[in-house]
Amino acid sequence: MLLIPCPYCGERPELEFVHGGQAHIARPADPGALSDEQWADYLYMRDNPKGPHAERWRHIHGCGRFFNVVRDTATDRIIAAYPTGQPRPGAAADGETR
Amino acid sequence: MQPFSALSLFRQGLAGQKGRAPQWRSPEPKARYDAVIVGGGGHGLAAAYYLAKQHGLRNIAVLEKGWIGGGNTGRNTTIIRSNYLFDESAALYDHALKLWEGLSQTLNYNVMFSPRGVLMLAHTVHDVQVFQRHIHANRANGVENQWLTPKEAKAFCPPLNIAANIRYPVLGGALQRRGGTARHDAVAWGYARAADALGVDIIQNCEVTGIARDAAGAVAAVETSRGRIETRKVGVSAAGHTSVVLGMAGVRLPLESYPLQALVSEPVKPVFPCVVMSNTIHAYISQSDKGELVIGAGTDVYTSYTQRGGLHITTHTLDAICELFPQFRRMRMLRNWGGIVDVTPDRSPILGKTPVAGLYVNCGWGTGGFKATPGAGHLLAWTMAKDEPHPINAPFTIERFRDGRLIDEAAAAAVAH
Repeated sequence: MLLIPCPYCGERPELEFVHGGQAHIARPADPGALSDEQWADYLYMRDNPKGPHAERWRHIHGCGRFFNVVRDTATDRIIAAYPTGQPRPGAAADGETR
Repeated sequence: MQPFSALSLFRQGLAGQKGRAPQWRSPEPKARYDAVIVGGGGHGLAAAYYLAKQHGLRNIAVLEKGWIGGGNTGRNTTIIRSNYLFDESAALYDHALKLWEGLSQTLNYNVMFSPRGVLMLAHTVHDVQVFQRHIHANRANGVENQWLTPKEAKAFCPPLNIAANIRYPVLGGALQRRGGTARHDAVAWGYARAADALGVDIIQNCEVTGIARDAAGAVAAVETSRGRIETRKVGVSAAGHTSVVLGMAGVRLPLESYPLQALVSEPVKPVFPCVVMSNTIHAYISQSDKGELVIGAGTDVYTSYTQRGGLHITTHTLDAICELFPQFRRMRMLRNWGGIVDVTPDRSPILGKTPVAGLYVNCGWGTGGFKATPGAGHLLAWTMAKDEPHPINAPFTIERFRDGRLIDEAAAAAVAH
C-alpha cells in the first residue's frame, strides 16, 4: 500500500484516497472547435510512462481535496506532491519533459 | 521435432527418459527477418506459429526480453470463456475458444484445456439483470451461456455458500459450460515448440530498445539489446509494456498499465470442480491439477510497472473467497504475485494496424488476455500477413476511439473497474 503525502494533511495510507488518473489534462475551452482526433486525444489518450508520472489523487476520506503527485511507475516511489494548479515540480531534476 | 504420442511416451519410459531433446532451439538473432514479433508470451508465440503455419512465412523471429511465458502468460489465473455482451466481442472471444478446443491436437502438445465450466456469480438485482442480458445476447450470437438459480449454482459447485445472510448473497449465476482453464506454461511452450519446428527463431533475453523507420516512415528495423535486426513487419504483443514499445515508433495509444494480482494456496485434494468468478466483489477461483486453489484479485487503483501491488487488494479478494466458500477459511496461501495489464478505456483490445506502415499491434487485453491467446495470435498473424485485418478483428482498431465506435465491455461488465 502506498503512503501518500497529502499536501494538506500529511502522509496517509492509500486507502484514504481515490486515484484520479493523469494530471495536467485541461478540458478544452471550446470542444466544438476541436477535430475528432483532438477530442479523442483529450478523452482517451494517456501518457503511460515507465518512469516518473504526474497523477491526480483525491483525499476522499480526509480533507476531500484533489492534488497532484509525481510517482515513478517503475518503482512506485513518490517523488513529489503539490497542490492542483501548480506546475509539475522537478521536471528538470528527473529529466522529464512534461 | 519429436512428436509426442502414447507410443513415444512408452518408449521413453523404457529408455529411462534419456532420449529427450530440447523442444526448441536458442538461436542467435539473424541480421534480417521477414517478420518480427515483439513479446514472447502466448499471444506473440501463437502469432509466430500461425504466420509460419498458415501464411507461409518462414523467416520469423520472436523477441522476448525475459524468458518465454514469463510475463502475463505465466501470471494469470488461466480462465477461458467467451460469454461477452457485444457482437464484436462474442465473435472475437468465441473464435479463440473454438481454437482452444482443438489446440492440444493442433500443437501435438497437451495444453490441458479443461472445459469444466465457468460460473459468474450475481450478487445484486443489477447483476442479475446484466447477466440475463448477457445470456440472451450470447444465445443470439450462438454462444452458449445459461442462467442458474442459487440452488442450481450450488449443485454445480457444492462448496458455494448460498446463504441469504452474507454481505453479498448469491442471487444466481451465468454458467458457460464450454469455458474452463488451460495450463498456462504449456500454452507458451506448445506454441514455441510448434513454431520452432516451422523454422521460427525464438530469441530470449533480447529486449527491443528502438524501432527504426525509413524515409517514408515505414518500419525498417528494430534495435535490440542483441543488435540491430532488419525487418519490414513488426507485430507488437507486449501487454503491459506496449505503450513503451510503440512509443519508440512515436505511436500513442489509449492504454494505461495497472498491476493485477493473483495468488495460490497450498495444494489440496480435488475440492473445487469448476471456475467461479465474481466481478462484483473481485474474486476469481479455480483449482489447478496440482491441487492449488488459483485465486485472482482485482487491479490496483494506480498505474504501475512494478509487477507487484498492494496487499490490501489480495486481502479484499480473500475476504470475498472466505465468505463465498467458508471451507477455505483455514487454508494457507503459498505465493502471491502481480502482472502488468494494459487497459483500454472500453476494456476491449486493440488488434490491428497502426498509423506506421509495417507496424502492427495486439494489446489492450486488460485483465483477460489469456483466454484469447490462440485467437489473438491467429488474428495478429492474419493482419500482418495480409496487411489488413481479419473481419473478426476489424472493429478492434485504434481509430474506434476517434470515431466513437467503442466496444464498451467496461460498461457491459457492470464492474467498478
